[in-house]
Amino acid sequence: MSIPPQTPEALKPLSEWPLWEVFVRSKQGLEHKHCGSLHASDADHALRLARDVYTRRQEGVSIWVVPSSAITASEPNDKAEFFDPSGDKIYRHPTFYAIPDDVGHM
Amino acid sequence: MYTQALDLPDAQHAAVARPAPSDSALQAHFDDKISQEQKIEPRDWMPEHYRKTLVRQISQHAHSEIVGMLPEGNWISRAPSLKRKAILIAKVQDEGGHGLYLYSAAETLGTSRDQMLDALHTGRAKYSSIFNYPTLTWADVGVIGWLVDGAAIMNQIPLCRCSYGPYARAMVRICKEESFHQRQGFESLMVMMQGTSEQQAMVQDAVNRWWWKCLAMFGPPDSDSPNSAQSQRWGIKRISNDDLRQSFVDATVPQAKVLGVSLPDPDLKWNEERQHHDYGAIDWDEFWATVNGNGPCNQERLATRVKAWEDGAWVREAALAHARKNAARSLKEAA
Repeated sequence: MSIPPQTPEALKPLSEWPLWEVFVRSKQGLEHKHCGSLHASDADHALRLARDVYTRRQEGVSIWVVPSSAITASEPNDKAEFFDPSGDKIYRHPTFYAIPDDVGHM
Repeated sequence: MYTQALDLPDAQHAAVARPAPSDSALQAHFDDKISQEQKIEPRDWMPEHYRKTLVRQISQHAHSEIVGMLPEGNWISRAPSLKRKAILIAKVQDEGGHGLYLYSAAETLGTSRDQMLDALHTGRAKYSSIFNYPTLTWADVGVIGWLVDGAAIMNQIPLCRCSYGPYARAMVRICKEESFHQRQGFESLMVMMQGTSEQQAMVQDAVNRWWWKCLAMFGPPDSDSPNSAQSQRWGIKRISNDDLRQSFVDATVPQAKVLGVSLPDPDLKWNEERQHHDYGAIDWDEFWATVNGNGPCNQERLATRVKAWEDGAWVREAALAHARKNAARSLKEAA
């Protein structure tokens, strides 16, 4: 069925550098955002390569790198059940409540 | 960046996988998403043939970026000024970056970087045939930016809407950077066209040699492009080879006029009825000969690429050994 995004560690030839996910903060005050991945021998190396690959045009002021193997992801095939509990709680949205017009902005 | 509509089957991808009956519900869900223009993400179920088509196309695209560094790289040490050298280095570095974005996108489909590189280095994988032609003069560098990158942009903009999320996102990033490539090429040619008659002749000569190759970059005519229909149904390919080629011709003719060069096609003329330019017949025999390994530089390009990879082996191994040593040391210190 679904194939995981990366080849399992055991199947990889030893010569391939590990895979890292790269997150870049584009400017002060904004969150880090996933922008891609790359291979590097260790964390420092990954940071340097991430700078060269993903911020050649001042796209970032801060970078995080995370080993791809350290990420746990939800199952896409369970999407319906996994996210279902929030589907029927429409009272969590402000538009659920009718407020008289003369109250003004609330 | 660079892709031709290379939809060419590699030897190892000849077999077409049919979904097993048990997959029919998943297939229906997938078809539904495609018809609603939703993106497919790496861990979503997808038909095996869709996965293989993407791996083939994205890796060919990545290989094209990497091999595409070679014809221009030859000119870095021969650039006519420090300014042009800095620009060319930046452009070639971009191509390397584009290759990395694309390899990463292909890896999300379950193929390792080493497998893809091995396919390139052993000659099993294709790359854009445009890089199997030589860059004879400095004007070729400008023409590659203007025409080759121009054709590539025409091809790539629709790929930003590709149904596979990681490919589409990589293409958005690439297209943003690509515009610099085309403009620097055109500007560099403008400077030469304001120079001596020898310089002007050099530009015209380069245009004459590259024009037809650029038209062939869009891939075989629609009538001879059997994989295109399936790719269009899957939302991988959005616009047909011939339509893209027509857009490129229509966009380039006025640019050539501004530059003051002619395009080497006696049949090229405006067709009032179609509201497009007509153009002459492309030599597809030459295109296929080059795709199949018999272009002027196929062997040289691959040999250069393989040599670079092999010469870099000790660096890759040393970096890994260094990382392992450091990891072991910090473990020891922690104990």
